[in-house]
Amino acid sequence: MQALVIAAHGSHLNPDASDPTYAHADAVRETGAFDEVREAFWKEEPHFREVIRTLESDEVFVVPLFISEGYFTEQVIPRELRLEEWDPDLWDSDGTDASQVTLEATDVDKTIHYCGPTGTHDAMTDVIVQRAESVTDDPDVGEGVGLAVVGHGTERNENSAKAIEYHTERIRERDRFDEAKALFMDEEPEVDDVTDYFESDDVVVVPLFVADGYHTQEDIPEDMDLTENYRLGWDVPAEVDGHRIWYAGAVGTEELMAEVILERAADAGADVGDARDVIQDAATTAGPDGDRGPNPGAEAGD
Amino acid sequence: MTVATADVEDLRAAVEADGAIAFDGLHLERGDEGYVLETPDGDWCGLDEAALRDALETIGEYVTNWRYWQETVGGEGTARRAFLRWCERAPIADGELEDAAGSGDHPHVPDDGETLSVPARYELLRDGLDREWGEICVTARLVESDAGEEPAGERVYDLWHVDDADTDLAALEVYDDPRDAREIATYDADDRYRPLKTAPTLVSGWAFTGLSGGELVETIEFFYPATIANWHRELRGELDVDHWLETAERQSGIYDVIDELPREAVDWMAEACCVDSQCLRRREWQYEEGGELDPDGGDGPFPCREPCSLVVAAARKWTVLESEEERTYELELTTSELNQLTELIDAVAEGRTDEIREADVYDGANRYRARYLRAKRFDEDDSLAAREVDE
Repeated sequence: MQALVIAAHGSHLNPDASDPTYAHADAVRETGAFDEVREAFWKEEPHFREVIRTLESDEVFVVPLFISEGYFTEQVIPRELRLEEWDPDLWDSDGTDASQVTLEATDVDKTIHYCGPTGTHDAMTDVIVQRAESVTDDPDVGEGVGLAVVGHGTERNENSAKAIEYHTERIRERDRFDEAKALFMDEEPEVDDVTDYFESDDVVVVPLFVADGYHTQEDIPEDMDLTENYRLGWDVPAEVDGHRIWYAGAVGTEELMAEVILERAADAGADVGDARDVIQDAATTAGPDGDRGPNPGAEAGD
Repeated sequence: MTVATADVEDLRAAVEADGAIAFDGLHLERGDEGYVLETPDGDWCGLDEAALRDALETIGEYVTNWRYWQETVGGEGTARRAFLRWCERAPIADGELEDAAGSGDHPHVPDDGETLSVPARYELLRDGLDREWGEICVTARLVESDAGEEPAGERVYDLWHVDDADTDLAALEVYDDPRDAREIATYDADDRYRPLKTAPTLVSGWAFTGLSGGELVETIEFFYPATIANWHRELRGELDVDHWLETAERQSGIYDVIDELPREAVDWMAEACCVDSQCLRRREWQYEEGGELDPDGGDGPFPCREPCSLVVAAARKWTVLESEEERTYELELTTSELNQLTELIDAVAEGRTDEIREADVYDGANRYRARYLRAKRFDEDDSLAAREVDE
């Protein structure tokens, strides 16, 4: 038997923070690739501390639904899972290369495959592009369009920016969009000045965040001048300084994220059968009118 | 209850494989002179295959009980199996029949810890056997024999809020997908977010019906995560408790400071957060091994094996607050106004403010009374006009 644990942050204050985790877990459940699929959280239940003991499977694949390698993936999650042999060096990563490491959790007799975060997997690049397609409702979006990948950025963790820059560079190499830029909330170049960084009339802005919340639904739309007050919502696209800004909201809510989770588990040796194809088909055919398409700006702040 | 040919063949195959079967009072083995069959109600020996079949027909409940647990449920040693056996008052460890009571002739309402024999369980399962898991009532019942596809002896499970035990099913919102429990468990009756799943604020008005054992456990897992796993560990004497200091010292980042929370403040914290009125879990963790906290751990049904994330987050705030020095202030209040402050704090602490009627000006925590006090005693900075007294 094999189990998948999706480890996410969650929130004591905001019930929507765990929605993407539940949605992606359900998508994986429906593929039947794992005998057990469980959500686990730092701020909700089951807590990281308790989750492994709720499983019957001997093989457990833990995939952190986090954007970057750093404090949570390197310290908090392995410690709370009781992976005593854990050492960040086991990932042999310079910030975006973590794949997996196999360890034992000391409170259970199980093999734990501790995977790198979803945010740094190569498949994440496709999710960002998919997000641009779904927000513009154009499967061929790219020509004449600039793409901004937005991260939080922080001086406390250099890996936070690395993940953003990594995917931006990969998108740039594909030569699909006229321009691709990495922008940040808390460091230069800043998302506030988004229009300064693009010549293209149309700019798709994709925040590399796991869940929609304060930053993606309040801060960033106001900082970019999409709206004076997030409660009033914003248009998609919205006119700003002669540019049309297609603001997508957190990429972590994109359906294709479930495939990245499966990729992480498969890289660690999980037998996922054709589950990735199933998810990809569902995600790319649903489109913006699908059940789980992007939130239209008018609903922002609800 | 008719015994299916497949069940007889499965039983015989199990005897061939293991030499003998002993399960919930059913003993079957192959001796030199044929099969030997025994239940608490009778025994047979020297049975050939045809005689064995006839004998099994007379003890159909034991046979279908064996099939349900060994074939449908499986998972020997798992928390899932133990929980499902607890649901129907079966001895939790297989083969512990000596503790089981009840003849089956006149099933009685068993005591909480009492386990029942197979016929007694079947008698109760026909109408549905109830157990309470926190604020949830779980009913185990036999599938109707004319339901078709299901083999005889198959159980299904229903669950609803204990407050809905007497509510007609037609008046409840009925679900059959365990995942729907997540949404139900997310908000309280006032539509406020419930970050603590074991808070005693689960809404009523819903029911899950006809769940399989696996689905029941999954549903409970969404309502009360990890409670079954920790209950099972406690039952086996294997609950691993992390006391306050271990948990606090493990923290890092912004929670790194909480191990500095003074000893007595941990008592106040446990009294504030970890009591029956706030959480269905029973606090098993203490300050440290051999160092008990003053407040009682409560009577909650689920063991709490370490401070939860809400307590850790709150402890950070209290650690900061407790680092402040105490000072002496002087402020003008009438005796009744001082008493009113007490009533206000108590009403908020007990979550009682919503219950105080608008016109009940006799309650110190009444909104108009509080607004009057504010109008009279707050200064231009919107705070109590208090002067610090030099020592």
